[in-house]
Amino acid sequence: MTLQELPVGEEAVVSDVEGQRGVRRRLLEMGLLPGTTVRVVRRAPLGDPLELQLRGYSLSIRGEDAKGVSLTKGAG
Amino acid sequence: MTQVLIAGNPNAGKTTLFNRLAGTKARTGNYPGVTVERRRAALEDGVELVDIPGTYSLTARSPEEAVAVEALLGEGDPKALVVVDATTLERGLYLVMQVLEAGLPAVVALNMMDEARERGIAIDHAALGEALGVEVVPIVASTGEGTGELLAAVKRAESAEWTTDFGDAEETVTRLAKERGRAWAAWALLSFGDDDTLDVDEDGRAAVEAARRSLEDAGIDVDVTIIGARYAAADALCAKHVKAAKTSSRGETLDRYLTHPVWGLAVFSLVMFVIFQSLFAWSDPFIGLVEDGIVWLQDSVRALMPAGVFTDLLAEGVVGGVGNVVVFVPQIAFLFLLVAFLEDSGYLARVAFVIDRLMSSVGLHGKAFVPLLSGFACAIPSVMSTRTIANRKDRLVTMLALPLMSCSARLPVYVLVTATVFVGSAKVFGFLSLGAVVLFSMYALSVVATLAAAAVMRRTVLKGPKPALVLELPPYRRPLLSNLLSTVWRRVREFLVGAGTVILALTIVLWALLSFPKSDAIATEAEAARAAATSDAEIAAIDNTEAADQLAYSMGGRLGHAIEPVIEPLGMDWRIGVGVIGAFAAREVFVSTLAMVFGIGDADEESEPLRESLQNATRADGTPVMTPLSGVALMVFFVLACQCISTVAVVKRESGGYRWPLFMVTYMTVLAYVAALLVFQVGTFLGIGTGGIAPG
Repeated sequence: MTLQELPVGEEAVVSDVEGQRGVRRRLLEMGLLPGTTVRVVRRAPLGDPLELQLRGYSLSIRGEDAKGVSLTKGAG
Repeated sequence: MTQVLIAGNPNAGKTTLFNRLAGTKARTGNYPGVTVERRRAALEDGVELVDIPGTYSLTARSPEEAVAVEALLGEGDPKALVVVDATTLERGLYLVMQVLEAGLPAVVALNMMDEARERGIAIDHAALGEALGVEVVPIVASTGEGTGELLAAVKRAESAEWTTDFGDAEETVTRLAKERGRAWAAWALLSFGDDDTLDVDEDGRAAVEAARRSLEDAGIDVDVTIIGARYAAADALCAKHVKAAKTSSRGETLDRYLTHPVWGLAVFSLVMFVIFQSLFAWSDPFIGLVEDGIVWLQDSVRALMPAGVFTDLLAEGVVGGVGNVVVFVPQIAFLFLLVAFLEDSGYLARVAFVIDRLMSSVGLHGKAFVPLLSGFACAIPSVMSTRTIANRKDRLVTMLALPLMSCSARLPVYVLVTATVFVGSAKVFGFLSLGAVVLFSMYALSVVATLAAAAVMRRTVLKGPKPALVLELPPYRRPLLSNLLSTVWRRVREFLVGAGTVILALTIVLWALLSFPKSDAIATEAEAARAAATSDAEIAAIDNTEAADQLAYSMGGRLGHAIEPVIEPLGMDWRIGVGVIGAFAAREVFVSTLAMVFGIGDADEESEPLRESLQNATRADGTPVMTPLSGVALMVFFVLACQCISTVAVVKRESGGYRWPLFMVTYMTVLAYVAALLVFQVGTFLGIGTGGIAPG
């Protein structure tokens, strides 16, 4: 399953991050790494982007980029 | 003098700390070659503080980040003061490690300790410092708590000796580090082939690229390995030295409303309305004051000095030009006060979050919304406010498209033209006045044109991978008034110095164009007529005729005649042409220039005599100049044309050269010409609105 499909309010562990290199590296540098626990807090009023909670802070990314983030369910 | 670079994540309180430490000693300038602000302060004891741009990492995406990378990894041996938000320590430590890898003498400022304590986060800063090999000083930048101790620690700081273990990539990093150090090696492996900006010789580049390839051939993901190694170290440090009570993050309740599908959009609309109102209504009295002051100054100059060319230059050119600059200050100040408030409070990131869906559909960043909306008032402050957008291409698209938004200076033109060509009581659907519908259409056209221009530029001249939105939503915080005022003051100063000089120079050029050469014959004739005049009214009429004749005789007047063949297909004659030339100073000048051309003297867009003169104006063949159709074509031209030297000046300043403003003027002029041509020619062909104007 990908981060784009994770229902609002649920938590999962990142298993892989794919995408165009610049975007991917930016996501990794913001701490969205394999092994990181992430929760979808909400979707923006117009459906996109997403608000994520990870490493004690809130990060917003678009659904399109969230598709590249694969998850394994449950706290790892 | 020891240089101390203040580095840190955006939102970590870097600027607050700089303001706190620098006080009144702060000096603002620019980094050479780029339009990135450089703030410095020389403290008493041989310490020079430099505020480098906020960044999450030392890989560069924006000019700001490139400056930070250059400062920390480039030449020279400064000390580094890394500001970290104590409530998001892991991410902060990621940057700290990159700085420490560079081996600079460093100190870590653990900021926002008050918030951390409130949230039950306890950090053993001494032990953390020991593990990192540098001093870690807890502070609260907004109150000044701990800043004295911080400065002392900076003075004591010696070269850091932190080594990140890069795991699978360790061997490669060690090998590459022989040349220029570990920090550079890791930076090069992460950045090359994507967005490297530092000057690197070909040999060094080839070696790094080969190393990266061989790692990848061995199935090692370089980016994940290097970034992951730092985060693993940060996680280990936090696990050992940080005790966090599990609480929900602050602002969560607030965000439930502020980003709610209904309430969120309502608050959003309200905030945008306040910005709009401040630019339109609140700054108005101040703009009035500036304008009155300028008129007073011009009158004083005329009263104190003998009449002549030099006095004209001083009053019209210089004082008028300064007025053209200062008149923007109220709107710039208001917009930046509000934008700085939104940014410091954390809401600006939510603005981007809420509206990104709409903006991204035309290839714009969510943060482009506030600049675009402000474009309805004035392009000058709006172009400056695009600085909140980090990515350079995103920022350029926004600043090049937003001058198409129908600014308030266009309104007098619309009002004059609509009142001239749509007299009487024609109604659409029985209740809407035709003039109002046309006026609304102009605003609609401007929005459509802006978004279309952005979308087209994104696919052509500013093509590139679709910029991602990777945006931190920082906790809500109360902005510090001193920070807000400092931002406003810096922006105003930058505008006056950077763009003001260009605006002043161009205003003088334009004034000269419409004033010279002067005809002695016209002056002598008017003098004779005045001598024979019997009443003040007669003299005033002679003055106005003289001004009109002199204007026709000037370079500008001749230019109007010269371009007549070019603008005739748009339904304009030479007099409108002169008005269009005059409007380059500022669009509303169109009205006063036209009044001068028609020999009416001073007039505004509500002036009856001016409307009548326009309605009665005829071409050489006796047909009227102004018809509903030519009026609409003229307004369409004004919606789309870049009739504003101040916009050009400010885009030049913000884009760092003449290339982009030239592009902007060209595309907007072509767009305006073609659109007005189409309207007039198609309308003429179909016979719509070509009749004369029925007197009201």
